[in-house]
Amino acid sequence: MKRSTQPVFWLLFGAGGMLSATLGAMLVFITGIAIPLGLFLPADLLGYDNMIAFHRHWAGKAFTFAVISLFLWHGAHRIFHSLHDFGVHAGTASVFACYGLALLGTLAAGFALLSIGG
Amino acid sequence: MMRRTYVRSMAGWWRRDPVFIRYMAREATALFVVIYAAILLVTVARLAQGETSFNAWMALLAGKTSIALHAILVAAFAYHTYTWFEIMPKTMPPIRIAGRKLAPGVITGVGLAVSAILSVALFALASALPP
Repeated sequence: MKRSTQPVFWLLFGAGGMLSATLGAMLVFITGIAIPLGLFLPADLLGYDNMIAFHRHWAGKAFTFAVISLFLWHGAHRIFHSLHDFGVHAGTASVFACYGLALLGTLAAGFALLSIGG
Repeated sequence: MMRRTYVRSMAGWWRRDPVFIRYMAREATALFVVIYAAILLVTVARLAQGETSFNAWMALLAGKTSIALHAILVAAFAYHTYTWFEIMPKTMPPIRIAGRKLAPGVITGVGLAVSAILSVALFALASALPP
C-alpha cells in the first residue's frame, strides 16, 4: 500500500502555525517596527556585524532557518487548501505553485545561511 | 432546445455569513505569514551577499512603507495567534483528564497564555543580546 505524503505536509503546517502563533507577532514587531524605529531596542541590533555574528552560530542559523521554512510550509499548505474557497481550482499547477515555492524558499534559505559560514 | 438549469452563483459566497467571513479572514493570515517569510529570506540572502547589499536592504526596511507594511503584518499575525488557539479545541485530538474532556476555553486560554509568555521572553532575549 502506498503511504500518503499528507501527514508530512500537515505536520509542517502545524509546526509553522504553532511557531508563527506563539512568536510571530513579536518577531515581526521586533524586526520590522521596534528596531527600524529604535523603539525600546537599539537600532544596530540588526546591524551587519550583529547579524553575521548571530548567523555564524549554529543556533542562529537553526532559528532563522526554522522560521523561514516553517512559515513558508505553513502558508503553502493553508493557501493550497483554501484555494477552492477563493474560487481557484486546486490542480497540479497550484500544487507546484504552493509547495514548490515553499521548497524553493527553504532551499534558498539553507543555501544563504550555509554560505555565511560558521 | 437547451435546458437552462439554474446554477446558483458561488461568487462572494463567504460574504453571506459572518462565520464564513471569519473563516476566510483566518485562512487569509497565511498570506501574511508567507510575506514575512519572504522578507526574512531576502534579508538572509542579502546578508550572505555582503555588507553593502545588506545595508541597502536594511535601509529599505527602515523606510515608511516598510514600517507600515510591518504594522499590517503585526496585526495579521496577532489575528492568526488568536484564531489558531480559538480553533485549537476543534483541530487537536481531545484531551481527557479523569475521564472528562478538557473544556475548549481552557485549551484556547492556555495557548494564548503560552504565546504571551514566549513573546515576552523573545523580547527580553532581544533586549539582553550584546549590542
